[in-house]
Amino acid sequence: MSAATDRLSRLLALVPWLRAHPGIPLPAAAEAFGVTPRQLRDDLDLLFVCGLPGGAPGDLIDLSYSGDRITVADPQTLDRPLRLSVDEATALVVAARALADVPGLAGREALDRALEKLEKAVGAAGSVAGQVRVSLDTHAEVLAAVQRAVRERLRVHLRYLVWSRDELTERDVDPMRVLVREGNWYLEGWCHRAEAVRLFRLDRIDGPGGVEVLDIPAAPPPGAVSRDTSEGIYRPGPADVRVVLELASPARWVADYYPVTGVRELPGGRLEVILHARETSWLHRLVLGLGADVRVVEPLGLAAQVHALARQALAAYGLDAPSGGAGDER
Amino acid sequence: MCQVSRRRVERLLNLTMCLMATSRFLTVSQLGELVDGYEPGVTEEEQEAFRRMFERDKAYLREIGIPLETGTDSVFSDEVGYRIRRGDYALPDIALAPDEAAALALAGSLWSTTALAGPAASALRKLAAGGAAVGDDGLGALDGFEPRVDATEPAFEPCLAAVQAGRAIRFPYRKVGETAVAERHVEPWGVLSWRGRWYLAGHDVVRGAPRVFRLSRFAGPVRAVGSGGAVRVPPDVDLHAMVSTQAPPDRVRTATLAVRRGTGHALRRGARPACLPSDLPSDLGRRLVVPTDMDLVEMEFADTEGFARWIVGSGPDVIVLGPSELRAAVVARLRAAAAGTAGARETAPVPGGR
Repeated sequence: MSAATDRLSRLLALVPWLRAHPGIPLPAAAEAFGVTPRQLRDDLDLLFVCGLPGGAPGDLIDLSYSGDRITVADPQTLDRPLRLSVDEATALVVAARALADVPGLAGREALDRALEKLEKAVGAAGSVAGQVRVSLDTHAEVLAAVQRAVRERLRVHLRYLVWSRDELTERDVDPMRVLVREGNWYLEGWCHRAEAVRLFRLDRIDGPGGVEVLDIPAAPPPGAVSRDTSEGIYRPGPADVRVVLELASPARWVADYYPVTGVRELPGGRLEVILHARETSWLHRLVLGLGADVRVVEPLGLAAQVHALARQALAAYGLDAPSGGAGDER
Repeated sequence: MCQVSRRRVERLLNLTMCLMATSRFLTVSQLGELVDGYEPGVTEEEQEAFRRMFERDKAYLREIGIPLETGTDSVFSDEVGYRIRRGDYALPDIALAPDEAAALALAGSLWSTTALAGPAASALRKLAAGGAAVGDDGLGALDGFEPRVDATEPAFEPCLAAVQAGRAIRFPYRKVGETAVAERHVEPWGVLSWRGRWYLAGHDVVRGAPRVFRLSRFAGPVRAVGSGGAVRVPPDVDLHAMVSTQAPPDRVRTATLAVRRGTGHALRRGARPACLPSDLPSDLGRRLVVPTDMDLVEMEFADTEGFARWIVGSGPDVIVLGPSELRAAVVARLRAAAAGTAGARETAPVPGGR
């Protein structure tokens, strides 16, 4: 049982929380506790009849909601929240420590102070926190420059590797926010080259010299809106090519590292994955590199292109391609 | 989650408040009289049912972290009594300044959809209930920064629970590059998210050595074995080092590569300019001419096959000059790709796979 989902735990937290937010509207309290207004009203009705032994009016928890505003007149013994559970202490301490490792974080000093107070307050419940760790794997200098640009609302000039095309590009970007998704750091901003909102992975900026904070105010156009990343960073577009690969067991890792939209187990530890790609040159690199551990199911053109590249590469070594087996490409 | 009846929640709440209000230890029979919701009864069976109910309630309160103290006030009786000391129960006043509260609110948002998202949110509510201005203004200083950590692997929750409980686990696991699934027996030391992926680090009981397991490679359910608190975590364990250490330094070697100008940008970032090695193997020297549109670079590698896979991906744009072992691995992969694995298997499928 987790203190986060347990009703009694919620009630024990609710009374002092309401005391700290006098006159709060009921819907706002429900939202803060992640329950429906109806559930919260039910909680209040339950609290209403509880209290100290005796059951006289002066012994009960005294709360009222007139209109939709809640007031606690007498919390009885529940004027303070219960200590943090092990789960709660772990969740908050581990997250705070992960952020404290981020170099150049705005508000870093406040976080350090908060973490020190928090660790003292949780006591023994925080001891497990040392066994859970999130390493945000920062790209320190690039991150510090990008964060300064976001904070001071300044334009940046990037030398950026478009990995899917193996192309080094130069562009001016008006930063909007910095985010971490699936272990990667991104700068989101208005790209003057693409004239659109774009996400830039910090590890694909060309080193500390690849970002220059310009002395020009960042001014994303009013229509520039952040991308919804709740469904993941990569969203297939209608023009994308559908690619189906059959991976032998040694190549199963592909499903973990690439944005696959479908996975199917096959006999013998093999895996069929479906990918959607706007560009195909990265697919050439992937399929070539996997050698005998991958079979291209579709599109058929991809298989032919990969064969041709492999032959050219062998020729560069002064070697011929093996005869037979590749007759399908002619 | 087990649903607790409304009547029981009321009774537990009354019991908690009663035990907080008392300075004396209250015995079970006293609690039976005092707390609304208990019916101690008169017959032996009724009294027995009441005692069992109290035992269950007591366990419940302890499970959600309420510190129940046992003891006795009377020198004439050794019947045990209960109370809750306010100082043990209550979250200490941690008096967060608004910017400190904002920093913790940002930290709490890290967990995205993981099993720790709920506990982080309830922890922040408790801090707010304790008077901290959590969730109010003050986020301005951290605006524009949104870290999120996911944990979609089904193994995350049971592994986290095992770490928290100090309990050994068994689970089926598929090692990278292997088809077979093997049962593992591990004393967990910790879980770590590194480069966006979750790992379990611990002592592999069968192999008698420390091991790291990627949660996405768990091939079935995690089962707890043995008793809680049985796992001893060595005091000097460095989870990050266990997971991030990739190769012992004595295995690192230097590759010499020719890279076509304007290509191989990702590869060039870890490389430095180089000269043609003097010890070029004679067979290679005869046949190989480095084209004028290519640059020579050097870079370090440890895992030959992994590095070869990366190089082969560049096709004719990257050529390996040395060492010969790396070149052989690259050529073997190129031959496999050129042999048309794709087309060949369609006409001659291999039953049961590789």
